Amino acid sequence: MTPSSSRSRLIDLVPHIVLIVGVLVFVYPIYVTLIGSTWDSGTIGRGGLPLWPSGEGPANYAQAWAGEAGDRAMYTPVRTMMLNSLVMALSIALGKIAISILSAYAVAFFRFPLRMAFFWLIFITLMLPVEVRIIPTYKVVADLGLIDTYAGLTIPLIASATATLLFRQFFLTIPDELLEAAKIDGAGPVRFFIDVVLPLSRTNIAALFVILFIYGWNQYLWPLLVTSSRDMETIVTGITKMIGTGESANDWHIIMATTVLAMLPPVAVVLLMQRWFVKGLVDSEK
Amino acid sequence: MQRRVTFDSRLLPYLLLAPQVAVTLVFFIWPAAQAIWQSVHLQDAFGIRSEFVWFENFTYVLSDPNYLDTLKTTVIFSVAVTVLAMGVALLLAVLADSKIKGARVYKTLLIWPYALAPAVAAVLWMFIFNPDIGSFGRALRAFGYDWDYRLNGGQALAMVILAASWKQVSYNFIFFLAGLQAIPRSVMEAASIDGAGPARRFWTITFPLLSPTTFFLLVVDMVYAFFETFGTIHALTQGGPGKATETLIFRVYQDGVVNNDLGGSSAQSVILMVIVIALTAVQFRFVERKVHYA
Amino acid sequence: MATVDIRNVRKSYGPVEAIKGIDIAIRDGEFLVLLGPSGCGKSTLLRMVAGLETITGGEVAIGGRVVNQLDPKDRDIAMVFQNYALYPHMTVFDNMAYGLKIRGLPKAEIRARVDKAAAILELGRFLDRRPSQLSGGQRQRVAMGRAIVREPAAFLFDEPLSNLDAKLRTQMRVEIKRLQDRLRITSLYVTHDQVEAMTLADRILVMNHGVAEQIGTPLEVYQRPASLFVAGFIGSPPMNVLDGRIDDRGEAVDLAGGIRLALPQPRLSDAGRAVKLGVRPEHLATADSGFAIEVELVEALGADTVVYGRLAGGESLLVRVAGLPTCRNGDRLTVAPPPDALHLFDAVTGRRLEG
Repeated sequence: MTPSSSRSRLIDLVPHIVLIVGVLVFVYPIYVTLIGSTWDSGTIGRGGLPLWPSGEGPANYAQAWAGEAGDRAMYTPVRTMMLNSLVMALSIALGKIAISILSAYAVAFFRFPLRMAFFWLIFITLMLPVEVRIIPTYKVVADLGLIDTYAGLTIPLIASATATLLFRQFFLTIPDELLEAAKIDGAGPVRFFIDVVLPLSRTNIAALFVILFIYGWNQYLWPLLVTSSRDMETIVTGITKMIGTGESANDWHIIMATTVLAMLPPVAVVLLMQRWFVKGLVDSEK
Repeated sequence: MQRRVTFDSRLLPYLLLAPQVAVTLVFFIWPAAQAIWQSVHLQDAFGIRSEFVWFENFTYVLSDPNYLDTLKTTVIFSVAVTVLAMGVALLLAVLADSKIKGARVYKTLLIWPYALAPAVAAVLWMFIFNPDIGSFGRALRAFGYDWDYRLNGGQALAMVILAASWKQVSYNFIFFLAGLQAIPRSVMEAASIDGAGPARRFWTITFPLLSPTTFFLLVVDMVYAFFETFGTIHALTQGGPGKATETLIFRVYQDGVVNNDLGGSSAQSVILMVIVIALTAVQFRFVERKVHYA
Repeated sequence: MATVDIRNVRKSYGPVEAIKGIDIAIRDGEFLVLLGPSGCGKSTLLRMVAGLETITGGEVAIGGRVVNQLDPKDRDIAMVFQNYALYPHMTVFDNMAYGLKIRGLPKAEIRARVDKAAAILELGRFLDRRPSQLSGGQRQRVAMGRAIVREPAAFLFDEPLSNLDAKLRTQMRVEIKRLQDRLRITSLYVTHDQVEAMTLADRILVMNHGVAEQIGTPLEVYQRPASLFVAGFIGSPPMNVLDGRIDDRGEAVDLAGGIRLALPQPRLSDAGRAVKLGVRPEHLATADSGFAIEVELVEALGADTVVYGRLAGGESLLVRVAGLPTCRNGDRLTVAPPPDALHLFDAVTGRRLEG
């Protein structure tokens, strides 16, 4: 082997090394959490967490899931929080998809007075993330008596300019002749929507579902404000409430098990629907 | 803007628009209008009467040295998060896009953190850097470094910056990868025939061709750092110690929810809206240009 | 089966008049071709019959019933589009059956009709496929199948063969002809291709700038073009057109360079009139007197030869002769048409001088 070829072998390895380091940086915290969720709180609290799992795992998860009192405090059971998060994520994802596909259909397939005014009205919401108008929105929801309800948790988040724009953009690519053929076949606007537009939008719907599910599941500030009852706690806000100020004397084993469970659904959705997810993400930001 | 062929119906389009318009009016336009209204009014202590005070709330907010400190923290935080997230993502994307063995595996392993909530990312970092229970936190102390982000403002800021960028890398990675894959192979081949080495190819071909993606991500990351990192900060430091990690959005929450100062919080909301609208406008100006590129 | 009557139909887009009053009665089972260059209004006229465009003025009646105010679905027509317009997510069967399902036909009836149409079009093997799995010609057949199963009063074709390559276009043209001979359904067929028009049509409506230049059988349109426009549009290579004047006795046409061609019958009423003289390239043959040309280019097409010649006055003249070339560049020839192959058009209006 000549010296130059062995040096070029070494250079070939550099990208792998960098990528592996990158992957480790992203995997290590998860690994620690996974391991932590199988040990008792004492071991974790003393800071001596080993790098291998212990047998406490099932007990920890059972305890977190059922929400029996921890060693030091009472927690909302994970099954309640998971259910709340699931309802929130699904309502936001499906709600956003439903109302934006309908409004995009109106804007793209009809000519009517004030069409552009409506389009701009929807467009403006693009510029106002919920965080910006959080206090006044909270007040509106409170005035409507929607605090601590699923409606209050989800409806203010389901108007989405991004999804509307994505669907509209896709609708504009449906050839005019297809619409004309449908008219001659006798399909009115409702039939055309159900028989042609919806099936053609399947990929877009799937892609949007992935990103909107994650968006919904990961909501933080809004649930923090709108829910105060334990029964309405979502899992992401629930974790930070369990941690409190981060003293060493926490029920760390339950917290870590809860964290793992909180990550599970969105990560699973991303990994299982990776193709759609990347497409949806990139398309919706065009 | 409009299809040539459309359906004729008087009522149906309005029915289809109704849900979206209703939600937009009730939960977007009305609150935003209220924020603007409150930002120019002052409520008395009992919340019964309010008085029109022009821009008093704004001058009050903007002349508050605390607010200016928060603004400074926000700028440092946002710039640091943006630069870190984009830099790391670009490096990883360029490597994962090259003809390397196992590129698919690397991609999958780097994409999934997108699914994590900012607050969950913060919790994961806490598990590692907590001075009592975290392995790295304890290691730092064992080496004699006085590590405790709960007491040291600088360390706290570094901590939230790292946690916030860590979560955002995967998003940037996905877009850089898509941008890289959109660069025609023939352009790169032409450059290598012209004798450009890998580094030169990157700076003279790849990077300029990626500029639309880079600019887009710049805006998205800024918006992310401004708003979505509320969860990161809330979970890790609660804005502290002192006000070391208090960003603008955290302060809106603090003043509006915790301190119940509606006028001041609304004025801050309006300032944030102006910032977002400015960022969006810049982005759209750029999107126009991007159309020109294509 | 039905007649289609188009009575003084007009179409305006704001102040612009795109169709300036078209009148034609299409007989039951007739195949009418709307022929013209792009932008002449032929597609607009077809789409008004279909109900895809509103009618600004006049009336369209299908089977004796005025349909101006009816939706496309209620007009009892079927349409075949240039880009096929198949539903991409439906199978071939579902594409053909969709219109029947909407009309609420019983399942067995739908099945029977689709199977019958598929047999006619040789699509039986493809009924379970998606349009994306078919070739261009097969897709166009599905589009026609979708029209056939409806058993409509009239077929409307909007440039159905324009997206196909030359070979397939010829093949599909023949298929459409066979189909028409078999089904005998009143058809309106839009095209800009004169070969399609000549081979398929019972009658041709030649359109230009929203006006009907001529309505007639293919042979009438070829043999007696009603205007300079029709003369130039039909025939390949196009008709030669030269400036001339009918002499004072109405017996001959005087052309530049002292050329004089006798008329078959004297035209006393037109004596002294400025005219355009049309002669088809295929009607010119070598003669002792007539047009003296210098050969500039010779195109050998195999079955026949096109000679590009130039007259002494500088005008060009095309000659088409059967067989292989017998002349070369630079040769001098004299060619002349038989007297009954002359077409005379008014120099100002461009209309044919009849008689």
